[in-house]
Amino acid sequence: MPLLTRRQFLKGVAGGACAIALSRIPLEPIWDLFGEEKAFAGVPELSQVEAKYYQRLPHQEVECQLCPRRCRVGDLERGYCGVRENRGGIYYTLVHSRPAALNIDPIEKKPFFHFLPSTMAFSLGTAGCNLQCKFCQNWEISQVRPEQVQNVHLPPEAIVSEAQKAACTSIAYTYSEPIIFYEYMLDSARLAKKKGIKSVVVTNGFINREPLLELCRQVDAIKVDLKGFTPRYYQEFCRGELKPVLESLKVLQRAGVWHEIVYLQVPTLNDQEGPIRQMCLWIKEELSADVPLHFTRFHPMYLLKNLPPTPVPSLERSRQIALDAGLRFVYLGNVPGHEGENTYCPRCRKTLIRRLGYSIRENNLRKGACQFCGEKIPGVWA
Amino acid sequence: MDLKRLIRLPGNVKERKGKEGFPALDFTGQFRYVEAMVRESRVVVVRSKRVLGPGGMVDGGALAAMVEAAMVKLTGASAPKDAWGSLFSPQEAVGIKVNAIGRRLLSPSPAWVPVLARGLKAARVEERKLIFWDRSSRELKEAGFPLNFGGPGIRCFGTDTVGVGYEADLVENGSIGGLLSRILTSLTTAQINLCLLKDHNLAGLSAALKNFYGAIHNPNKYHDHHCNPYIADLNALSQIRERCRLILCDALRVQYQGGPAFKPQWIENYQGILASRDPVALDFVAWRLLDQIRLAHGLPPLEEEDRPPQYILTAGDTSHRLGRCREAEIEVVQLSV
Repeated sequence: MPLLTRRQFLKGVAGGACAIALSRIPLEPIWDLFGEEKAFAGVPELSQVEAKYYQRLPHQEVECQLCPRRCRVGDLERGYCGVRENRGGIYYTLVHSRPAALNIDPIEKKPFFHFLPSTMAFSLGTAGCNLQCKFCQNWEISQVRPEQVQNVHLPPEAIVSEAQKAACTSIAYTYSEPIIFYEYMLDSARLAKKKGIKSVVVTNGFINREPLLELCRQVDAIKVDLKGFTPRYYQEFCRGELKPVLESLKVLQRAGVWHEIVYLQVPTLNDQEGPIRQMCLWIKEELSADVPLHFTRFHPMYLLKNLPPTPVPSLERSRQIALDAGLRFVYLGNVPGHEGENTYCPRCRKTLIRRLGYSIRENNLRKGACQFCGEKIPGVWA
Repeated sequence: MDLKRLIRLPGNVKERKGKEGFPALDFTGQFRYVEAMVRESRVVVVRSKRVLGPGGMVDGGALAAMVEAAMVKLTGASAPKDAWGSLFSPQEAVGIKVNAIGRRLLSPSPAWVPVLARGLKAARVEERKLIFWDRSSRELKEAGFPLNFGGPGIRCFGTDTVGVGYEADLVENGSIGGLLSRILTSLTTAQINLCLLKDHNLAGLSAALKNFYGAIHNPNKYHDHHCNPYIADLNALSQIRERCRLILCDALRVQYQGGPAFKPQWIENYQGILASRDPVALDFVAWRLLDQIRLAHGLPPLEEEDRPPQYILTAGDTSHRLGRCREAEIEVVQLSV
């Protein structure tokens, strides 16, 4: 099966498959452009694989138990994520083996800065998400229903095979929100583990404890997007809740799964010093001072196009707050060339890893330790 | 402005003078406005014992008679032709938004197609400019609607038809943000809301206002909090509010419990339709009707099951003003044919 890049996916839409309309062609002549057969043939195929983590209720209703929303779903309806559907009292995932985006990315892009640097991740994502962040950078696949974007059929064994062919060290479940394609992710990670390929997850962390624990047994690293540190921010700008995400982070810490945190800093909305300081102290006390924290620059997108990109001094201030709070590895993201992209030894302050964007220009780690002073640096280095 | 104050206007109206271009209050216009407001909050309920035949088949003739009676009463016209002509003009492209998610067993009957086509033909709207639509061609087909995209005659297809799809630009209002179907925004100039009256496990009720969930690309994001205030915020979009001229609600068979999907044990052959120009008033009357049917079958009203359709009141509140949601301001006319 030829590997498709995300660009090829999106190009494939123009071939006549159903998609979010991006063209401005005048509509009257469209009556004559397509025959009846083609006009109605464009809906992408979806999967019908029974979902995990749901409870059957009377009268063919179900309650999804994958994420804290606990959607109560009537027959023929879908959960909030848009990719799990109740059919006659059985809950199905519509996106198993149906990725809408595929690419091979440097692991640093996820971003993972303390996990197998300079390696490549076979990256995939399906349509859907269980939040609705107004600043979503990938909304064109995360905030749509699976029949609204093109997909390919790529079952778990094909993912593993393609990752091996491309010499990828890991498979990354990313782009949209992997929690909502949980079954696909779990099946693929299980298979990948047997073949010696690592699995990494890029997630919002809005998942219930039991499925998260099961996932932790199959994957090797998880990056959590901590959107903000106030319940109000989560509710107003993400349509979610803060507390379950914090609980997920604690689960990861206790489970011993390598994890890093990204904080997308949005000007005027979640850039206040107070909550950022509280967040840093929480990370240090409840998780560890060794958890890498990335303050990432926001760019206007989706439903927040009226705000400017995050000013770099504002990101630098947040980084300093985090370092002052005692966190040992704090980075700036989406600011290529900034010194905040580098890893510094917390003891001797020498540059351990110098980065430019997603590429590594200098690596002074030796067997997971600083080559200058011997300080052990937390992470997964081999 | 409330209705009572308007009625008292003749004694209170003062002519405004002053800056050039400042409009004077039009005495006559205020009365016309009062009449229009009363008419627009009229909900006509028509029932017929002939409309459902053996096996639940819809008698097209009976349905046509019901619709004609409803249109005449709703518009105050003297004849059906004038009733239709008062709402639609010959140059228009009219979309008929169907709620087909319930497939064949719980969607408006395809018998509506020739009935509405005949009415719009009386208004001299070309047949080729009628589009029966919903989000999905497959759901329309499974509901029994004959698909037609490029062929002659009445069209019927879903937003997911190749070449149709959703607008590229996001729309936002209040709590909602998404992409609208191009059938709504670009292929048509006016809408008829052909909805179905049924119980809904989350919203409480699905009728006129909820039907337009099928017009936006991401309705799955708007079902928490009993769909409130999302339904109201969606219907307040100008693309919906300004284009929807008429609401016809199929209440031939009412799912009074267990919706939104078909549950045969809770179907009432009500054999009725509701018509209005005010979606809030229609949904309000539909709510009362649904509760009456539920009570008749020994079930509690929706409020006692902790799912009152609060979105109806939100749609009628001062920040949405999509219609009337108070009993005293809705005129219900009941007919039998």
